Amino acid sequence: MISANLLAVFYLISGVLFILALRGLSSPETSRQGNLFGIIGMAIAIGVTIISVENFSTGFLYLIILLLIGGSIGAFIAFKIPMTAMPELVAGFHSLVGLAAVFVAISAFLNPEVFNLGFQGNIKIASLIEMSLGVSIGAITFTGSVIAFLKLRGIMSGSPITFIGQHYLNLILGIAVVVLIFYLCKTQSTNLFWSIIMISFILGILLIIPIGGADMPVVISMLNSYSGWAAAGIGFTLENTALIITGALVGSSGAILSYIMCKGMNRSFFNVILGGWGATDQTSLSKTKEQKPVKNGNADDAAFLMKNASSVIIVPGYGMAVAQAQHALREMVDALKKNGVKVSYAIHPVAGRMPGHMNVLLAEANVPYDEVFELEEINNDFANCDVAYVIGANDVTNPAAKSDPQSPIYGMPVLDVEKSKSVLFVKRSLSPGYAGIDNDLFYRDNTLMLFADAKKMTEEIVKNL
Amino acid sequence: MEIDPFIFRLSIFILSIFIGYYVVWSVTPSLHTPLMSVTNAISSVIIVGAIIAALAGDNGNILDTANIFGFLAIILAAVNIFGGFLVTQRMLAMYKKKKKDKK
Repeated sequence: MISANLLAVFYLISGVLFILALRGLSSPETSRQGNLFGIIGMAIAIGVTIISVENFSTGFLYLIILLLIGGSIGAFIAFKIPMTAMPELVAGFHSLVGLAAVFVAISAFLNPEVFNLGFQGNIKIASLIEMSLGVSIGAITFTGSVIAFLKLRGIMSGSPITFIGQHYLNLILGIAVVVLIFYLCKTQSTNLFWSIIMISFILGILLIIPIGGADMPVVISMLNSYSGWAAAGIGFTLENTALIITGALVGSSGAILSYIMCKGMNRSFFNVILGGWGATDQTSLSKTKEQKPVKNGNADDAAFLMKNASSVIIVPGYGMAVAQAQHALREMVDALKKNGVKVSYAIHPVAGRMPGHMNVLLAEANVPYDEVFELEEINNDFANCDVAYVIGANDVTNPAAKSDPQSPIYGMPVLDVEKSKSVLFVKRSLSPGYAGIDNDLFYRDNTLMLFADAKKMTEEIVKNL
Repeated sequence: MEIDPFIFRLSIFILSIFIGYYVVWSVTPSLHTPLMSVTNAISSVIIVGAIIAALAGDNGNILDTANIFGFLAIILAAVNIFGGFLVTQRMLAMYKKKKKDKK
């Protein structure tokens, strides 16, 4: 037997361990220890909960079996997943948290006695509000993450889906949820509870479909935040400190990441959420520009340029991830270093499809993390650098963001690659990037375009070095 | 007059948001992906609710609708806990310093 007070103390310890887990991520050296704290915290929370329920009959057997089933599925995914697929994995995992929150809330609604929430048909009003908020946010997180997953996986097109009156429809649905919660408190009707869940499911889908593929970093961070708030809502219902602390931590973490991503694109959060970027009339503009001459190079030229350089900065982007070019890239850098070339990596905050995506891929290819720099740290170095090797990035290098107030990305912080003596641009074609904006950099005198798959081109260069 | 326990929980909640705010700003940007996977793993602590939902109130009929939803939530949360922590561990193991481990 474990007293309610002791139980609460253990949950508090779990919460503190979770804080330490996040704290550990302030540097790569302490991060592994942090993860261990997280695991211990989780083990404590699960362990004391099982003891407190004190049910070692058939139910306990089911619990162990289900934990093993779920655990092995999770472990299998964790070991098998390629690092390039991290964004969709995280989106998929968010959907599970959302759905779990919905299930727990349904269970609490159907059987409130076990959670001390009152009796069916007579649940405490406060619990009912907390429960409905938790279930609603959880349901939005679930369907929203499923859509994000489908878009990231390429099963669904990344282009925004918009229709007239979309935002009003979302607004009406949002208001409907609030109104239904109000009536649920008055009538305690089961049907109203189910309606709240259904409307929230629909709302989750509608919220994510208008957001384009390039804005995925914001979407993932936002859903991360939602999953936290859902957990906190359930935590209030169950009066569980560990859940409340964790929910608040995760909620604010996701919110901060969304903010950082929005700032990286110089867009307001609402601008991203309301969506529809990339479906603009930029195509006509870029067509006329494509007539301009570009300098076309091959792997031999690129190898020659880089071999004779004294410093090279590599700018990776989503294209590198798609082509799985990180290992070839690292080979190229090793060869350059043997020639006495100083090499560093420049990462734009929104490079890739989720926060920190490029860093993980480079780490996977054994690139030491102290050679990898953030935008503010390295941007001044481009002026003194001989070659900038842009691999799979585009919009984040576009000088129009600094010079052309007409450009949709005007004001977005960009990497000053054009300041380096020469720019090597690995790209499959001249097509504009995800934002659908033509890049002036392609036509500059000091730019050499390398039209090829990022991986093949990098491998070719390695051969020529 | 007594203070409603809700207020205490609300205080914990608000203070935790502030802790989260400061802790997350100190996370280095290169670890933002592991941050997302680990926050995902810890938010699966919702499993405690699932366990109570699944096991408590056992009156001979463990396969009550309410219990079944609890059991389903346990599977989902377990996938997340193991998947989240292990994939984080796998990622963090790749972050190495220069010179160490030169192959």
